[in-house]
Amino acid sequence: MRLIKNKIEYNSSGTVTLCPEEPEDMVQWHAYNLIRPNDLLRASAIRRVTTTQETGSTTSSRVHLTLEIRVKSLDFDPQSSQLHVAGQIVNETPHTKIGQHHTLDLELNRNFTLEKEVGSEGEGVGWDSIAVQMLKDAVDESGKRRAEAVAVVMQEGIAHVCFIGQFQTVMKQKIEMSIPRKRMGGSDHDKGMNKFYQTTLDTLLRQLDFNTSSMSLTSNEPVRPILLASPGFVAAGFQKFIQSAAATTTPALKRLLPSIVVVHSASGYLHSLAEVLQSPAVKTILADTKYARETKLMDDFLEQLRKETNKATYGPREVESAVDQGAVGRGGGVLIVSNRLFRSQDVAERKRWVSLVDRVRDIEGGEVRILSSDHESGKRLDGLGGVAALLTFPILDEDLEDDEDDS
Amino acid sequence: MSKHRMKNISYDDDDDYDSAEDEGYDSEEQEALEQCTAEVLSQLRSGEPSVAASRDEVQEALWHYYNDVNKAVGYLRGKKVKEIKKKESAAPAPAAKGGQKGKGTTASVTGFPVPPSSAPAAHFSAAEFFRDSPWLNIPAHRKADILVEPLFPRLGLLGGASEAGGGGKVSKLAALAAARKKKEGDKDKGSPAATGANGSVEAPSPDPATAQARASPLSLRERLAGNGKPRQADGVAKALGKGPRPSPPLQKQPSPTEARKPKDRIDAEMKQPKEEVVEKPIEPPEANIRASPSTFATIIVGDATRPKMTEPSRLYSNSADLLKLYGEDLAEPFDFAGPSPDDVVFNAQNSAKGFKSKQPAQKPADKKAADLAGGMNNLSVEDKVSVKSKNLDVLSEFKKSKRKNAANFVVIGHVDAGKSTLMGRLLADLKAINQRTLSKYKQEAERIGKGSFALAWVLDQGSEERARGVTIDIATNKFETEKTVFTIVDAPGHRDFVPNMIAGASQADFAVLVIDSGVGNFEAGLKGQTKEHALLVRSMGVQKIIVAVNKMDAVQWSKDRFEEIEQQVSSFLTTAGFQAKNISFIPLSGIKGDNVTIRSEDPNVSWYTGRTLVEELETSEPYSHALDKPLRMTIGDVFRGSVQNPLSISGRIDAGSLQVGDQILTMPSGETATIRSLEVDEEPSDWAVAGHNVVLNLANIDPIHLRSGDVICRPSSPIQNISSFTAKVLAFEHLMPSMIDIHRGRLHVPGRISKLVATLDKGSGAPIKKKPKIIPPGTVARIVVEMDQAVPLESPTRIVLRAGGDTVAAGLLE
Repeated sequence: MRLIKNKIEYNSSGTVTLCPEEPEDMVQWHAYNLIRPNDLLRASAIRRVTTTQETGSTTSSRVHLTLEIRVKSLDFDPQSSQLHVAGQIVNETPHTKIGQHHTLDLELNRNFTLEKEVGSEGEGVGWDSIAVQMLKDAVDESGKRRAEAVAVVMQEGIAHVCFIGQFQTVMKQKIEMSIPRKRMGGSDHDKGMNKFYQTTLDTLLRQLDFNTSSMSLTSNEPVRPILLASPGFVAAGFQKFIQSAAATTTPALKRLLPSIVVVHSASGYLHSLAEVLQSPAVKTILADTKYARETKLMDDFLEQLRKETNKATYGPREVESAVDQGAVGRGGGVLIVSNRLFRSQDVAERKRWVSLVDRVRDIEGGEVRILSSDHESGKRLDGLGGVAALLTFPILDEDLEDDEDDS
Repeated sequence: MSKHRMKNISYDDDDDYDSAEDEGYDSEEQEALEQCTAEVLSQLRSGEPSVAASRDEVQEALWHYYNDVNKAVGYLRGKKVKEIKKKESAAPAPAAKGGQKGKGTTASVTGFPVPPSSAPAAHFSAAEFFRDSPWLNIPAHRKADILVEPLFPRLGLLGGASEAGGGGKVSKLAALAAARKKKEGDKDKGSPAATGANGSVEAPSPDPATAQARASPLSLRERLAGNGKPRQADGVAKALGKGPRPSPPLQKQPSPTEARKPKDRIDAEMKQPKEEVVEKPIEPPEANIRASPSTFATIIVGDATRPKMTEPSRLYSNSADLLKLYGEDLAEPFDFAGPSPDDVVFNAQNSAKGFKSKQPAQKPADKKAADLAGGMNNLSVEDKVSVKSKNLDVLSEFKKSKRKNAANFVVIGHVDAGKSTLMGRLLADLKAINQRTLSKYKQEAERIGKGSFALAWVLDQGSEERARGVTIDIATNKFETEKTVFTIVDAPGHRDFVPNMIAGASQADFAVLVIDSGVGNFEAGLKGQTKEHALLVRSMGVQKIIVAVNKMDAVQWSKDRFEEIEQQVSSFLTTAGFQAKNISFIPLSGIKGDNVTIRSEDPNVSWYTGRTLVEELETSEPYSHALDKPLRMTIGDVFRGSVQNPLSISGRIDAGSLQVGDQILTMPSGETATIRSLEVDEEPSDWAVAGHNVVLNLANIDPIHLRSGDVICRPSSPIQNISSFTAKVLAFEHLMPSMIDIHRGRLHVPGRISKLVATLDKGSGAPIKKKPKIIPPGTVARIVVEMDQAVPLESPTRIVLRAGGDTVAAGLLE
């Protein structure tokens, strides 16, 4: 994403113009995090306009317009990588009226302008530190060095095709099949497995947009690394299946073969992806990506928790109390926040977390890491309440649980 | 139930039968039953003609009519009216039979609250006798009395001589009618006999008291079967006291296979029109029983001519007790004439079922009229298959059947401990697999250079398993010893396949832990799956564990090594929660076969004098299962059985019972299916109960709704799908809110620990610390688990939580 124009005022209201450049999920994902309800979004749109003649006949035509809407809701569809922003139109055009509803789909290479306001009664928060940070992430050139991989996490009868990006992991498709178990003298199991492999391969190729025509053999279009993960021998069997398919029916698959890595996972469910991404084979591919750092951070945190050093805590209340006590400060204090918290519809809720982050970063001098809830590590963090902290000194559990309700 | 009936066959016992049946109800059904009973009783009293019936009768009728009040009322009224009539007409009969009859009659009559007809001992008068039998229009129940006559010459073997004169009482008219109805008589004779067998067959039990009590009825039955003469008199007495409710034990059937045969007959009877039941009083007798004798009936009758092997001794030993015999005889006047009440109900049910089963056939016609949507619903490539249920009382069938004890055991242990080989050896030595197959395996295994795996191939049937020499999925196989039928569940040892092992362990009554005694291997195992498996089977409720110290030949049968292993493993197992008396150790060699089925002849093993593996297995006591709970079965596998059975599922019934024709509900899909046929331990059967390993062949369901791990239950008492539960677990690893896999048998779903509620005291279960941040290993805690999709789980269920390939906790759903 390219930053075209940055006009953020001192009071943190202002507009930013951005241009999505890469056809990537990432763009959508950044936009999804940047745009919040009540923001003003200006982008080009195609709208079907129906006009009624005096005779009563209607004509309808598609008009290219530039519309500005006040955002009401965002809908991010990870499967099709599309971001739909719905809201009410605020600028008047020859074809639309103010207050009409429109849903904008952000398009590639077309600038969009995002304006955040600071309202007097706190209905908007403007470009707060988190938003600015996200904007920086979004336009980060180094982010382009994308370490993308495709992972197929599978077990007998279940496979998940996932795309692992810099900022998110998208589960593209789930394959579920009933495979007969082994029986005395039956070959149903092998047949079932073959069918399962075939279905998984078809799905994978479709998701990769892989050209299987024999002509493509000569093309040198890069192939992303493909990680096959499973307990037991399912992934190895799948690799063998692809090999045999490449040798016989679809020679184009030969291009795919060198980029296949077989790794171990404990199960075929999505949360085994964490294990996949920790395997050495994958670490070399994804080294020093944001994702790898996040994973490591979570591992450190859980390690502290496991050791019961009391130098790690989680949960909104516990973390806030630790920050109050100054335990999340210079010399190793790390505040780990899931970006899910900032996506909260509730402005007060967002303000609460932004102020906590600002406080740790600016006053306490601790480190703040915002984890993507679309990644495995972020999901783990979400399980812990979305916020956790590594502390500089041990804090004993004071029994604040007793008077506490589930917040 | 059959015990009761044999002991003292009278109405009271029939009532016992019913109440025994009632025990199968749960409280809810009981309540509904009570309501319906009251309803029926009031309707009976108020209706015209007003009749009275005992609660038990009413409840029985309700049971048969599935609590349909109207039908039950209709049936009872018909029955009672008939009875009253009969009583009036047949009252004098006992006089003809002799003094004791009076006693017997009153005894049986007291079973009814109906005011007993006043003249049990009145004079016999022909006019009175035939009062309800107009000329050429003999009602069915009267006519039936005579039907047994033709059997006389054939069945005269055992001869209960005492009543030889009884035949003299037969009127000429009756004799004529008998001649005319000879053929039907043959048939009819078969049916009550069968009914009797159905109700009362029980193999001789060792219990002396019951045996004694049963002895006289048995001999009586023999006599009844063998002697045609008293039958007429019996019939009269029966008409007097019994009404159409005899179903008495007629003859002894020694084997459960024969006991099952009545069903065939019942099938034949399904064709009989329902009118037989309802319109009997007005219909001319010819309309009644037209079916030719079923093959079954002929078999039964034929059998009756031979004394049973088990019978004579009892019969003769008790023959001196004539008085008692007579008393019993009179107390149970049977004629086996008209359809027994069971038959009546069966017929009624079957004809009712006939209605239902006719409906699919009518559908095509209806379709035209039906709206398009309705038509779409009916559109299906496959026709609806209607399977007729035999409406067995499965529990009593089960009690009657004399199967051997059945026990499932799971074979667990670290990878390459020799589990599959040991079990292959066991099966080979017990001749559960034939030598030819074995040598074939040996050849093939040697061809790919894995000669030592030949025995394991008996269980490792998968191509991948054989190629890699590793068990991947559980394999079941069965073998029999003199006392018990064992089902082996061979579990994989590799850590990646622990989910499969959990599926296997959930089917097991006890466990065999195989340990590699080799230096280094044992130690590796103890850290690995030896430990994990032992903990898992314990946390899944397995109490008894047999430790097979395998590969002892590789350590020269060293006693020291064995003792070292024994000491280490037993201390570990005790801490895992096994009681010392439930742990046993056997040194053996799976590949050589020492101490598996035969004692080792190696001089080095002379120090071991304990049991061999098979002997140890046989010490296991039979396990009881929740037979009377609602049906629950976890699907282990969904497969295509054969061309006839395109969709089959297998598994072990956790609770309850089922039979052919039952409607079942699969969860979480919530789809119903019909059991087309079923197999118990690879033998076709009509029913199965908890604890059986079954294959169900299903109809009327799409395979897409069935996955292994799903639970089947009855539509009347479905298991709930839940997406969150609280569980009390023992932590094996650190627990904190995180993603986990939830296992229950074959069920394997992703989920997450969403809340740590409290750590609990191990002994008392009282909370120690609320809302802990983390639960350390070895702690008992209460946690809340959430799942993405709803799955069928209900308390109390044992679950296993795993994460990252390790078992992190196991416990009980609350």
